Amino acid sequence: MKALWSEAVISGIGELKPERKTDGINTMDLLMRVSAEAAQDAGIEVGEIDGLLVGPQVGETPQHVPATVAEYFGMQPTMSNVVDLGGASGPGMIWRAAAAIQMGMCETVLCVLGNHRNPVLPRSHNRNPAREFDTPFGASGANTSYALLMQAHMSQYGCAAEDYAAIAAGARANAQLNPLAIFHGKPVDVEGVLASPMVTSPLHLLEIVMPVAGGEAVIVTTPGKARKSAHRPVRLLGAGEKITHRAVSQAPSLTSGPLKPSIARALQQAAMDVSDIRFLSLYDCYTIMVAATIEDAGLCKPGDFGQWLSANGGMGLGARQPINTHGGQLGFGQPDLAGGMTHVVEAVRQLRGTANGRQIEDCETALVTGNGATMSEAVALILGSVS
Amino acid sequence: MKTVLQELSVPGPTVTALTEPFWNAVKFGRLMIQHCAACHRAVFYPRTICPHCWADALTWTEATGQGRLKSYSEIWKPGHPGWIPATPYLVGLVELDEGPTMLSHILADGAKVTVGDAVHFAPTQIGDQILPCFKIT
Repeated sequence: MKALWSEAVISGIGELKPERKTDGINTMDLLMRVSAEAAQDAGIEVGEIDGLLVGPQVGETPQHVPATVAEYFGMQPTMSNVVDLGGASGPGMIWRAAAAIQMGMCETVLCVLGNHRNPVLPRSHNRNPAREFDTPFGASGANTSYALLMQAHMSQYGCAAEDYAAIAAGARANAQLNPLAIFHGKPVDVEGVLASPMVTSPLHLLEIVMPVAGGEAVIVTTPGKARKSAHRPVRLLGAGEKITHRAVSQAPSLTSGPLKPSIARALQQAAMDVSDIRFLSLYDCYTIMVAATIEDAGLCKPGDFGQWLSANGGMGLGARQPINTHGGQLGFGQPDLAGGMTHVVEAVRQLRGTANGRQIEDCETALVTGNGATMSEAVALILGSVS
Repeated sequence: MKTVLQELSVPGPTVTALTEPFWNAVKFGRLMIQHCAACHRAVFYPRTICPHCWADALTWTEATGQGRLKSYSEIWKPGHPGWIPATPYLVGLVELDEGPTMLSHILADGAKVTVGDAVHFAPTQIGDQILPCFKIT
């Protein structure tokens, strides 16, 4: 086996003068300053950096740390992670960077650690820019962020409220085939979705996921060890990742997100076209997310998701490319961060041929998508069954 | 509506030494954003290093306060309960003439709002803070 570090070298370093106390400066600004120094040392521009490894709890935000740091730094990495190994975090970042490069996820990785030391500013209090510049206007929470994305999409392409509502109705219809789904036994039609209360226009209550308790897990192993399983192994045929921003106000586009390049890369690695994919397991925190993903996957032109869904025959088992057969998060429920994992688990079931009562015929390929924050953090996987 | 906004008990901005010039200027009716002397691009929200070119060359400049509405939402169920007395209210994404986009509270006086509408800077008291809101022009 080729050594992971064989294709990676360290080309730049940055270092700040140690201080007993910093004067009011934020951790993110310290990290940015030392990163700029390392980039200069390496002779590279910020735009050439496509990988980002940061420490946890960078002093500004407890969640979405890589996206918050990337937005602040003006970066759009295709690989990012928090490395949370205490004093081993620095060395731990180096091999992860080499592995990511070896995997073809990125070419130039910024590994950065640091913190301010200022008694006035608490180290892990939530002071991220969205907290300072969005929340005071009454726009806290994901609902309003996605409503702003949906309103921009509606205004730009003239899609009807019914087009988006059909996604929620389709997810509910699929949930009727899944006894575990929170909305099993509770179908709803397009009129029912639009009759539900307006939460933050143009999003109605039934276009928003239901948070639930729950969990999902997946084991990934070598092909050799996978033989111990009684099930047909599912292969990872391609992957793509992209992070573009954190706050909705900083989104480079309101109508298309980082899933677009992520899906393109995953398909390229798998040497497939999106039309080759049998099952679409699409992250669906809101109806607009599915609409944007269908368009970003290249299944249709921007604004045409509604027509495409009709031509596809909806989202159910009879569709040309069924979508979210377990009910999606809109029908199954969102068990916190495991909401994204429900899409992986359903794809594995379909590819193994064990989706009892809702098995798609001849299901050998699946596209699985994951989405974080405000259409900010994107991962796409192409999974395939081994015959 | 103005009285309602003033009487709200809602979280204000978490001002830091770096962002203080922005918030202080709002109190005096001015919208200050940063400009990079190296790449000549405008920067919002405030930082110490330019996010476009990573130069240490940011200075404060006064923005025109003119912008365009990129999107909006009328909020009926706010994320923070302190906002309930003001519902429904409008927030929007304002693309400033200088380039950057800000999320803000939109004052429309009940008029119909459309993406693309021109808006202008309108500092407004929300709770015990003066915030950089925008009004439909």
